[in-house]
Amino acid sequence: MTSQIYTELLALYADYAAVVDSTDWNRWPEFFLQDGAYRLQPRENFDAGLPLCLLALESRAMIKDRVYGVRETMYHDPYYQRHVVGIPRLLSVTQTEAGEVIEAEANYIVFRTKRDGVSEVFNAGRYRDTILRTPDGLKFRLRLCIYDTEMVSNSLIYPI
Amino acid sequence: MDRAHPIFDTTASWPGEGSSRVPFWAYTSEAHYKRELERFFYAKHWCYVGLDAEIPEAGDFKRTVIGERSVIMTRDHDGEIHVVENVCAHRGMRFCRENRGRAKELLCPYHQWTYSLKGDLQGVPFRRGVRKDGKINGGMPADFKPSENGLTQLKVARRGGVVFASFDHDVEPFEEFLGPTILEYFDRVFNGRTLKLLGYRKQRIPGNWKLMQENIKDPYHPGLLHTWFSTFGLWRADNDSQLKMDAHFRHAAMISTRGKGGKVAEVTAGVDSFKESMKLNDPRLIDIVHEEWWGEPTVVMTTIFPSVILQQQVNSVSTRHIQPNGHGSFDFVWTHFGFEEDDDAMTQRRLIQANLFGPAGFVSADDGEVIEWSQEGFEQKPSHRTLVEMGGTDTADADHMVTETLIRGMYAYWRKVMGE
Repeated sequence: MTSQIYTELLALYADYAAVVDSTDWNRWPEFFLQDGAYRLQPRENFDAGLPLCLLALESRAMIKDRVYGVRETMYHDPYYQRHVVGIPRLLSVTQTEAGEVIEAEANYIVFRTKRDGVSEVFNAGRYRDTILRTPDGLKFRLRLCIYDTEMVSNSLIYPI
Repeated sequence: MDRAHPIFDTTASWPGEGSSRVPFWAYTSEAHYKRELERFFYAKHWCYVGLDAEIPEAGDFKRTVIGERSVIMTRDHDGEIHVVENVCAHRGMRFCRENRGRAKELLCPYHQWTYSLKGDLQGVPFRRGVRKDGKINGGMPADFKPSENGLTQLKVARRGGVVFASFDHDVEPFEEFLGPTILEYFDRVFNGRTLKLLGYRKQRIPGNWKLMQENIKDPYHPGLLHTWFSTFGLWRADNDSQLKMDAHFRHAAMISTRGKGGKVAEVTAGVDSFKESMKLNDPRLIDIVHEEWWGEPTVVMTTIFPSVILQQQVNSVSTRHIQPNGHGSFDFVWTHFGFEEDDDAMTQRRLIQANLFGPAGFVSADDGEVIEWSQEGFEQKPSHRTLVEMGGTDTADADHMVTETLIRGMYAYWRKVMGE
């Protein structure tokens, strides 16, 4: 049973990375529950118990608003990004009234490559996830990205 | 290449009278940058170091910088706040390495010299030598005076929960430094309430530090560059607004009241960033609740030269600290906060509206990008100059946004202090 969940988790993480590295960001919100949240938080704040995030998107609707911003409203240097996600740790599996809840985490690195530049390590951190099993598959209740790279190399546009 | 107009002219002087044409070399010259550090950051100016709320308890400290000089803000056992330079009096080591923490004293690990939280030298191991076989080996000279060998102690000014410091003990009083006009806008936010620290966001922007001051002295761009401002009327040329400066034109406040937004031919026609049909899926992103302390304006952006910007954009409040590192780069540190009286809903509102700002912000990410691209243009041909002539060439206050007067004011002051 656990190995089956683990395999599903691997697939979820691989699919997520593939979507955020593509330019098909319209598919990004689909990884979240309607009331799911995406938070990208500097590790300094997380460790100190300070609530501020770099991005705190508190619903699938708000994540959609971010997609619109990325695609339509934010002037930025275009870049490629490439996620390398480490082997996940399955922390717990709990049966709740809402369904099966999976807690898991994985390290990640995102490389950024600008049109005239070389590839650089852009953002290194850890996903800390709460995932719900739904009829449509595993969905994030919360994807919290806690990043070590607190000094952002100018601006961060695309989803981590 | 035209010999009469070299691209790299190290002897170039300021082009003409006034301050409406800024030479690119003002952003690219390392020599001028060092002079800026000396004259703006290290003398005659108060620089931002932090908030009281960051170090609430005795022994709390925070490491930060003034210009390129590392400093430590501490709270001692009497509740006093001190700012000392993070350079050991012994061998010059930058000893404090944590961003924040709590300590009984300051310790340089190299030779274990210790200092009080105020910066006074307390302990020098083997100061009187080490006794071995009846003989005293080593030790500091008999006339060594610990009282003369503490850390460099800065002058400190505190007002409304904000801490400024200066290496220059002859600097004018903080209130005079701001001047009455800017002080009023400072006190509008920092009116004595206890601040509630929400957290930090940091970015390294590859551009000259002055470009960030200019960005927040430039009311012409927000309604053009930033879709969210133009579309939702948060900051637009048809809003009621005022631009005010101190008597030296170095500090400024941009004051505005939100309009209705939407399509208004005069200010949105032909503007690429204006998105007429844009609707938010989650309206909480701009769930604005008026706070009594605002008064009429919904936004006041205050630039305090040279080191900090005070942001009140609807319910999002922050300090933005400019930390230069070389002529072509600076770190930009955002400290977001709320107030003691905020309920959970208001705190959550501030956190969600913070999505508009910072290194990934719907609005502010663009600013970092255009600053990087500006610096690239300047490096390409330092002998050229910008045109800062929207609204004329003067440096007067204004009651509209269609002007670059605040930038001209800043460069009038810059020319005077820099002797250019």
